[in-house]
Amino acid sequence: MALAKQKQELTETRLADVRLPEGNGWINAARADALARVRQMGLPTRRDEYWKYTDPTTLTAIAAPKAALFENDEGPLFADVDRVKIVFVDGVFDAEASDDLEAAGMTIERLADAAATDIHWVKDIYGVLETRGQDPVHRPLATLNTALAQDGVAIRVTGKAEKPINLIYLHRDETSDAALHNVIKVEAGAEMTLLETGPAASRFSQVLEVEVGEGGTFHHVRAQGRDHERRAVTHCFARIAAEATFKSFTLTFNGVLTRNECILEIIGDEATAHVAGACVGDGGDFHHDDTVFITHDALNCESRQVFKKVLRNGATGVFQGKILVKEGAQKTDGYQISQSLLLDDDSQFLAKPELEIYADDVACSHGSTSGAIDEDALFYLRSRGVPERVARNMLTLSFLAEALAEIEDEALADELRDRLETWLSRRS
Amino acid sequence: MLEIKGLEVKLEEEDKQILKGVDLSVPAGAVHAVMGPNGSGKSTLSYVLSGKDGYEVIGGSATLEGEDLLDLEPEERAALGLFLAFQYPVEIPGVGNMTFLRTAANAQRKARGQEELSAAEFLKIIREKAKSLKIDAEMLKRPVNMGFSGGEKKRNEILQMAMLEPKMCVLDETDSGLDVDAMKLVADGVNALRSEGRSFLVITHYQRLLDHIRPDVVHIMADGKIVKSGGPELALEVENNGYKDILAEVA
Repeated sequence: MALAKQKQELTETRLADVRLPEGNGWINAARADALARVRQMGLPTRRDEYWKYTDPTTLTAIAAPKAALFENDEGPLFADVDRVKIVFVDGVFDAEASDDLEAAGMTIERLADAAATDIHWVKDIYGVLETRGQDPVHRPLATLNTALAQDGVAIRVTGKAEKPINLIYLHRDETSDAALHNVIKVEAGAEMTLLETGPAASRFSQVLEVEVGEGGTFHHVRAQGRDHERRAVTHCFARIAAEATFKSFTLTFNGVLTRNECILEIIGDEATAHVAGACVGDGGDFHHDDTVFITHDALNCESRQVFKKVLRNGATGVFQGKILVKEGAQKTDGYQISQSLLLDDDSQFLAKPELEIYADDVACSHGSTSGAIDEDALFYLRSRGVPERVARNMLTLSFLAEALAEIEDEALADELRDRLETWLSRRS
Repeated sequence: MLEIKGLEVKLEEEDKQILKGVDLSVPAGAVHAVMGPNGSGKSTLSYVLSGKDGYEVIGGSATLEGEDLLDLEPEERAALGLFLAFQYPVEIPGVGNMTFLRTAANAQRKARGQEELSAAEFLKIIREKAKSLKIDAEMLKRPVNMGFSGGEKKRNEILQMAMLEPKMCVLDETDSGLDVDAMKLVADGVNALRSEGRSFLVITHYQRLLDHIRPDVVHIMADGKIVKSGGPELALEVENNGYKDILAEVA
């Protein structure tokens, strides 16, 4: 079907001066294929149903809007965690700041290196999971990333990883436009934790493709950067095999536009997939969108979506979450909750929870709420001597608790909780 | 300790007067009970004293050891030594009971210019007090009042009281929803806190709580006023004859 004229113009304008990054291996074909697919799908506009609540204009524009650098006195996250640091500055790998790319239980390479070979395991995942994730809803910004991303990491986990990998995304240039593409393969029975921290760029496009093999475990904890004017569109595509575990948590502070898409496909029996997010936004230019699509295509699997947003001073939160249970995916246990705490009348939360079920023996539930601080709880705390400001922050943190509880590692959760506490107390 | 004079209160949202001139004086170390039929204004009195939103004071005064309570924020009243044991303790998901209590205790200490308790000091004190109220460590770890039975919630109120060591304790229908054993446990907790420097205002429908917490004075409240005051025998009279006779007598 021909694209609508407006969409076609937008797409051609954006792609007019695009030149695919130079590679000399298998990746050339993957990039060319992706570019062709972008042309075919067209870039998103507000008129697309999937972008009804979030305006993609600044994400599809040729140039990245300027984003001031954010500085405060807080140290970097996870500084005390024994981890492998891999640093990208405005999307460019920083070898000096990064640790050696090695850790027991896995091999770590830069995508740029993996792409330069003729044969590589990454080839079977790069752009492949992204392509699978285009049905039934198009995600052309992910495809554009597949075409344009210059770098990223390729991690293959073969055993129990001895320490987490921390991708650190620094933002130093006010007009940077970065695209990174990360590919992870967790082999059968293997285990790893991926940490991602930082704002990355003025405009950041990121795709993460994860293949979790049978009985494998993938933990993902992400804290998107604090820079108020930054924009980010991220896509996580995961394929989850039998008895495997996938758990992803994202904390978002600030940012003028964040769209985090998570597309999970459960293909093996007895697998578990959890995706959670907590966000705190302050001000009319804060816009945060969580878009999730979980496909159950196996027996006896569990999925959980827990998304909580604290919105104040006119901030906007969006949640689009879908559970698709395919025919034969019996005994599916699907849970989805999206909630917002609106701290004033100007903030808004737009939610579109969906269930589509073709199996007859499943337990799926979803709920979505918007509310204010519970006045009874506030009075209860104050009557015990807790000052109003502190009491409000306690209740705000307690609202986020269910999402934070999805983080497996207590120490990581505590650190993020501390950051949230600081963020809240600075604003009250 | 607590002096209430001619207290008149209306609902903020409606033009409805609830308290119509309450006079009440609770000396230091005394236990006073307020009894009365439904809708007489007992719970409103407790809320107004502790500073809940939604009420407008249109006359009279309430002081704690000479300090005007009515102009203060709820947390300031708490720091002065006022404590309200809630009829319906609020469940707060995501806030640990222990964190809550420590935050409260230290906020009060800070407001009074006292040194804050360290985690270790706090833990030692709370464990001791919890033990006497048969509150186990598991309950302390859970979110505030979440999944607590009616009896557990009320015991948790008394634990907070014991921890915060207020001067003036207001108990709002603490007996509601309790079976006999639970009531006895709660009453024992309260009795253990009785001292020369601490006063109690026990609000209740029924006389049975007053079998366990012996009051010095019993007040009968009706239609927003104290209509009769007397000794513990007044509570027995209510138990035997209901409020009808007393109300008829003062009408």
